[in-house]
Amino acid sequence: MMRHIISILMENESGALSRVAGLFSARGYNIESLTVAPTEDPSLSRMTLVTRGNDEIIEQITKQLNKLIDVVKLIDLADSFHIERELLMIKVKTTPEMRDEIRSMADIFRGKIIDVTPTTYIIEMTGPSEKLDAFIAAIDPESIIEAVRSGPTGISRGELGLHL
Amino acid sequence: MELNGAQIVVQSLIDEGVEYIFGYPGGAVLHLYDAIFQQEELKHILVRHEQGATHAADGYARATGKPGVVLVTSGPGATNAITGIATAYLDSIPLVVISGQVSLPVIGSDAFQEVDMVGITRPCVKHNFLVKDVTKLAETIKKAFYVATSGRPGPVVIDIPKDITAPHIKVPYSYPDSVSIRSYNPIVTGHKGQIKKAVELLLSAKKPIIYSGGGVVLGEASEQLIEFTRTLGYPITNTLMGLGSYPATDKQNVGMLGMHGTYEANMAMHESDVIIAIGARFDDRVTGKLDLFCPNAKIIHIDIDPASISKTVRVAIPIVGDVKPVLEQMLELIKASTIKIDADALAQWWKQISEWQAINCLEFDRSSPLIKPQYVIEQLHEVTQGNAYVTSDVGQHQMWAAQYYKFNKPRRWINSGGLGTMGFGLPAAIGVKLAFPDEDVACVTGEASIQMCIQELSTALQYKTPIKILNLNNRYMGMVRQWQEFSYESRYSHSYMDTIPEFVKLAEAYGHVGIRIDKPEEVRPTLEAAFAMKDRTVFIDIMTDRTENVYPMIEAGKGHHDMKLRVAIGTSTDRELA
Repeated sequence: MMRHIISILMENESGALSRVAGLFSARGYNIESLTVAPTEDPSLSRMTLVTRGNDEIIEQITKQLNKLIDVVKLIDLADSFHIERELLMIKVKTTPEMRDEIRSMADIFRGKIIDVTPTTYIIEMTGPSEKLDAFIAAIDPESIIEAVRSGPTGISRGELGLHL
Repeated sequence: MELNGAQIVVQSLIDEGVEYIFGYPGGAVLHLYDAIFQQEELKHILVRHEQGATHAADGYARATGKPGVVLVTSGPGATNAITGIATAYLDSIPLVVISGQVSLPVIGSDAFQEVDMVGITRPCVKHNFLVKDVTKLAETIKKAFYVATSGRPGPVVIDIPKDITAPHIKVPYSYPDSVSIRSYNPIVTGHKGQIKKAVELLLSAKKPIIYSGGGVVLGEASEQLIEFTRTLGYPITNTLMGLGSYPATDKQNVGMLGMHGTYEANMAMHESDVIIAIGARFDDRVTGKLDLFCPNAKIIHIDIDPASISKTVRVAIPIVGDVKPVLEQMLELIKASTIKIDADALAQWWKQISEWQAINCLEFDRSSPLIKPQYVIEQLHEVTQGNAYVTSDVGQHQMWAAQYYKFNKPRRWINSGGLGTMGFGLPAAIGVKLAFPDEDVACVTGEASIQMCIQELSTALQYKTPIKILNLNNRYMGMVRQWQEFSYESRYSHSYMDTIPEFVKLAEAYGHVGIRIDKPEEVRPTLEAAFAMKDRTVFIDIMTDRTENVYPMIEAGKGHHDMKLRVAIGTSTDRELA
């Protein structure tokens, strides 16, 4: 079951997101994560969707997505060189003696502390999903109050791009 | 020209060339009905249930090739239309369904007769629209017709809130001549390189077969298919949806394939070395068990929908395109090709096929004192000279109609193949008859299916659509009973109705002619008399042999080469049932 990251350019219309989500549930495909936002052209949205499946399933997923009238174009980023980033914001409990350790841990992972209270830090971090996994695994699970992740977005390298 | 929203809908439909709209009024569409009342060009057909509206529009579309148009109100009107929309979706039939919606300010408030029609239809439409601006109405209607009829056709829903059709809000109207959608560009012509490879493979085949489906009917490619098949001299088999696209009585046609296809068609598929699938989608009722499907064949697949290719069966040479231009492209290459078809191999292949044909898999007991349903269909074919439009419901009678009415022309066989919708046949027949008032239209049905949309008998009277209903009455849900006999040790769980109406009286109550027959010798004269009554709908209640099964059959989990054949003529009537 290979991991695929599918990037979709679609009409920025109400209901477009539910057409994609509905397709996945109706046909029994799994969605690991999904992010969507309008592009620099406000009539278009860009969606990044992470899914798993063998070659046949991924072929069907891309064909069925292309069949949706609102979908303009899509690419499977896993087919080529690409860059992926995910955003993590994590809130941890801090005691006076732990504060330095957490701060240096965040530094090692190129994270930023973006909010401080007497008893908490919020750390912001971006990177490939595996890096965020590694960071979460490296800190004391007892100290985590909450963690929020955006799900990965991706972009292909070089001059190729997903546009009209 | 300034029009209000309701007038824009009506005028857009007229400008689109719509002849009939099938519908049922209600609160959310009252403005629309008022606009319909005040004109005469667009003819409204008032059905008795919204499911009937969708099936009638669907029958009209299948027979004519033009999109069927439906108008229903919000809430229950909309939900009643769902079965018909899904029926059209599974068979790729172009429909434009206009549903009323509660007014924009109250959407989402659980208002009276509110249902999220766009949400509820999303999985069973090609596309849908919610119109939120009266100035976008005409353009949206144009887009709906374009999407419904282009590429792989399908139903499109336009949900229109009541305030969008309000009489006092008038805006400038003009109906666009054409429309383009940047995210929707169906592919028409096939890839030249793929076509060249396909022709080479096809011409070098030793045991080829052409497997063609509903796409040939939808793509108006019957003429091209006939020339293609005759040029090659190869055997051809049609799917249930493709019947009529190649003449059934032609010697190259080995009959329908699949679960209740002919022995020879299924064996030829199984033994073939090259298959060309044309506008067919390898449906599970066609393939049988996938692991056993055509083990030695290299497959070429032509389809307008890329998602249909390699969905269930991997193919060697996919060709995405409209079947008509692709067949034309292929024919040109075939005629110019230097590759010679191996005539000896082909002769050997035909010899093998004729041995399978000699089994005579469609033979049935002709000396039975009971009416055999197969005999009724054969007689229907003779009495109508094979020229009737035949609609059907779903079950045994549907398979017999498919097997024994030898369709020689496309668009004559009107049935719910994909969704398998009981209740389809009668309203569909009304739609066909409206389109072709001078043609014979028969509805082959059963006593269970007909009761699912029987209220449309009233519509048939109101609009004087004289159809002939052949009710193959075996006092069972025949196909359910057959499966229970084969797979559940004859435990006929709820496949029998203790009370069946007297159909003759029922037909008469609806203002039609009712006839009941129970002897084989009555079949021919009754059919002749019924079709001679040109201006009456005739309901023929035909008491058939209730033990009869549909043969041959590929049972669940089996392959094409493993068909269940009729054991011996005459044994089936000896069984005691119920």
